Amino acid sequence: MKSLQKFTELFAEQFDESEDVVFEPTTIFKDIDEWDSMIALSIIAMVDDEFDKTINGDIIKNANTIEELYNKVIE
Amino acid sequence: MNNLFSLKDKVIVVTGASSGIGRATAIMCSQLGGNIILLGRNEERLKETLNFLENTGHLYFSLDLNEDDDVDIFIEKLDKIDGIVHSAGIVQSQLFSFLKKNDLENMLNTNLIAPALLTKKIIKKKKINKNSSIVFISSISGPNVTYIGNASYSASKSAVCGLAKTMALELAGKGIRVNTILPAMIETDLINSIDSSSEDIEKDKKNYPLGDYGKPDDVAASACFLLSSASKWMTGTDLKLDGGLTLR
Repeated sequence: MKSLQKFTELFAEQFDESEDVVFEPTTIFKDIDEWDSMIALSIIAMVDDEFDKTINGDIIKNANTIEELYNKVIE
Repeated sequence: MNNLFSLKDKVIVVTGASSGIGRATAIMCSQLGGNIILLGRNEERLKETLNFLENTGHLYFSLDLNEDDDVDIFIEKLDKIDGIVHSAGIVQSQLFSFLKKNDLENMLNTNLIAPALLTKKIIKKKKINKNSSIVFISSISGPNVTYIGNASYSASKSAVCGLAKTMALELAGKGIRVNTILPAMIETDLINSIDSSSEDIEKDKKNYPLGDYGKPDDVAASACFLLSSASKWMTGTDLKLDGGLTLR
């Protein structure tokens, strides 16, 4: 299973215009200006590709930080 | 007004640039100030196209877009681009009752899957700028009309339109526009691969209200428009370019 650090990198890769944002496990991702439904879909697709795990929108909705989402992904 | 249609300093990838519509598009883009990256299989003919381009700063890569490794190597070398014109394509006439799985797969591979995956990889590797424009050369054959023997060709061209609309929707947030051009018959070397006598061709031209087949430059002009900021509010559109053929 990929590490939290790797997940955070992959998470950050889905963003195009957030160069000024430092992506950390504790980052509250919905506060990032660029966060929108397309990025949420990209995260779901990335988790499917990289972690072979299907997550739904509720899991994203209920997570606040990148680490919380990671913990759901590796459950 | 000139500025609106200018492609100055825009880096434009043109596939199928070794002949026909691709070559004409590359040349016209260069005349409008673009820096062109020519893609095609035949290196000699790409060099010929390169010689026709205005200004300097253009590049060519000889590659087979159906080969994943070729595409990956190309994208690694690529800097950021502002536009793509997907002009590479094949034509094959085959009656539906004689349709072969291999031929259908070849058609879809070249006309649909290769341009889709090339674009996907460019986007995934973040090699495309915001406010870029992607243009697919589709056809009236498929989306609007069809012809005897065109089952797989029409299928591939209709599929491209569906692909382009979805891309337009998903990429709008990045400011990337995606449109298609639907030409009717254009006088390129591909015409020679169609089983028609020159007499048939002359007769067929009479079906066109504007009196003739299109020229590669006609398609190139539409492509340049779609690449330029003159079309900055256009996305997901299929631009019909048919000399009036489908009006009757």
